[in-house]
Amino acid sequence: MPANKLVLMVLAVLVAAPAPAPADPDAPALERLVRQDCGSCHGLSLKGGLGPDIRSGALGHHDRASLTSLILDGIPGTAMPPWRPLLSEADATWIAGYLLNGAEE
Amino acid sequence: MSLLRSIFGGSAPGAPGAPPPEYLQQDEDTGRRPLHLAGNTHLRALAAMLTFALLALAAPPAHVQAQTMATGDLGLVVERASGSLLLVDQSERAALGRIEGLGDLSHASLVYSPDQRFAYVFGRDGGLTKVDILTREIAGRVMQAGNSIGGAISDDGRYVAVSNYEPGGVRVFDAETLAMVADIPTGSKTVGLVDIPGTRFVFSLWDTGETWIADLSGGAAGITRIGGMGANPYDALVTADGRTYIAGLFGADHLSALDLWQESPSPKRIMPGYAAGREGLPVYKMPHLEGWALAGHDFVLPAVGQHEVLWVDARSLEETGRTATRGQPVFAIARPDGRHVWVNFAHPDNDIIQVIDTLTKQVIHELHPGPGVLHMEFTPRGHEVWVSVRDAGKVVVYDTETFEPLAEIAAESPSGIFFTARAHRTGL
Repeated sequence: MPANKLVLMVLAVLVAAPAPAPADPDAPALERLVRQDCGSCHGLSLKGGLGPDIRSGALGHHDRASLTSLILDGIPGTAMPPWRPLLSEADATWIAGYLLNGAEE
Repeated sequence: MSLLRSIFGGSAPGAPGAPPPEYLQQDEDTGRRPLHLAGNTHLRALAAMLTFALLALAAPPAHVQAQTMATGDLGLVVERASGSLLLVDQSERAALGRIEGLGDLSHASLVYSPDQRFAYVFGRDGGLTKVDILTREIAGRVMQAGNSIGGAISDDGRYVAVSNYEPGGVRVFDAETLAMVADIPTGSKTVGLVDIPGTRFVFSLWDTGETWIADLSGGAAGITRIGGMGANPYDALVTADGRTYIAGLFGADHLSALDLWQESPSPKRIMPGYAAGREGLPVYKMPHLEGWALAGHDFVLPAVGQHEVLWVDARSLEETGRTATRGQPVFAIARPDGRHVWVNFAHPDNDIIQVIDTLTKQVIHELHPGPGVLHMEFTPRGHEVWVSVRDAGKVVVYDTETFEPLAEIAAESPSGIFFTARAHRTGL
């Protein structure tokens, strides 16, 4: 096999393989964060408290992208803080998906 | 069992000269037959006493303990995820048992009946549960709302009031039967509910910035509304004398105080503009205000959106200092003698406790009990403090002078810790 073809194959494999992301979301840690820390305001069961209900049925007006940016930037003028100082984009995206897909079940 | 009950119920063991009492014939628990002592009344009495002592050493079942156990040094730890309470003994630094079936206890709190036998537990799911800590059983339970945030018991012990987010308002229940005696809709999430003398309750409205006083002394609730407390009161406290009610505000950088001894209390601003000119930091957990704010001559209060605690003169309510802290304070609790203040923090600093000296207002010690420090409860005279460490599944007991850990007690996701001595304090 010509050396240049081998290089191409190796490159193809490298490109196709999912990059081992430096900050792969730690699902159990994030689930705990949702329950315990989001739960400070939204309730351990996410049914709401000082903050609103964030079970999937109450989030119908959101898609994953809009919910991710809400988590990262908060809602100015309300008690919803920006989580960007503590969470990566990937973490917030994971949480948004978790909430929209029915975290309460 | 009946013989144990008769002993622990207080009947005199083995009167000299009387026929041998039933429990000398056969020890039900061990099956052993005691010495035969016919004819010698002194020996018989001695044997009776010995038997009594042996029976007392053997662990009696719960319903028997119920008749002899004092409750003054007991407490309950909320196990938030499993919907249970851990009954604990301050003096023994030990758990005595678990009471289960209380529903969603995230953010649960509780108050005690004046006789320190019953606890009224306020669950997040709107459940109000009356727990008998002697029998360790649920004595009554009602689902009184959809979403609630705490409660209080009246000075006379007759009424238990619950503060609700949904439907917003306060509901008052007969402490004996849990039958509802007053429904006070506020049209707002309702927070900072406390008891004050005169069979009255005071609470604040998150959405409208009002504080209401409900007077139950005449049976039906008489309501006094006080506006202008400030934007979004998130919690409140009342001092042990029932005079000063302080509401913390999320939507304004001051706190508001009411002098409840006045005929028509009006709000006074505490530390207006304490955050002015500074960037507001994210608040990942709302602070809590509890009736342990008096340290010496000052009230010590958590700031919101600033990593500091605020000190104000208890009479003038003027600022006397600030102490920079590691994070957003959640609880700033004065040791009962007021000499030190213990502070815990919101996520992501919720693995730390800082201790502040009241005289110098300097942080003098930092503790690292473990992940998820949620609450601190002092023994009534303050020699020890119990700390719940949620994610480590334990309660740690510290000596408050040496800061050394004295004991650890396993608990499932512990949050609030409540000693029965609270029964005799206004506003807790």
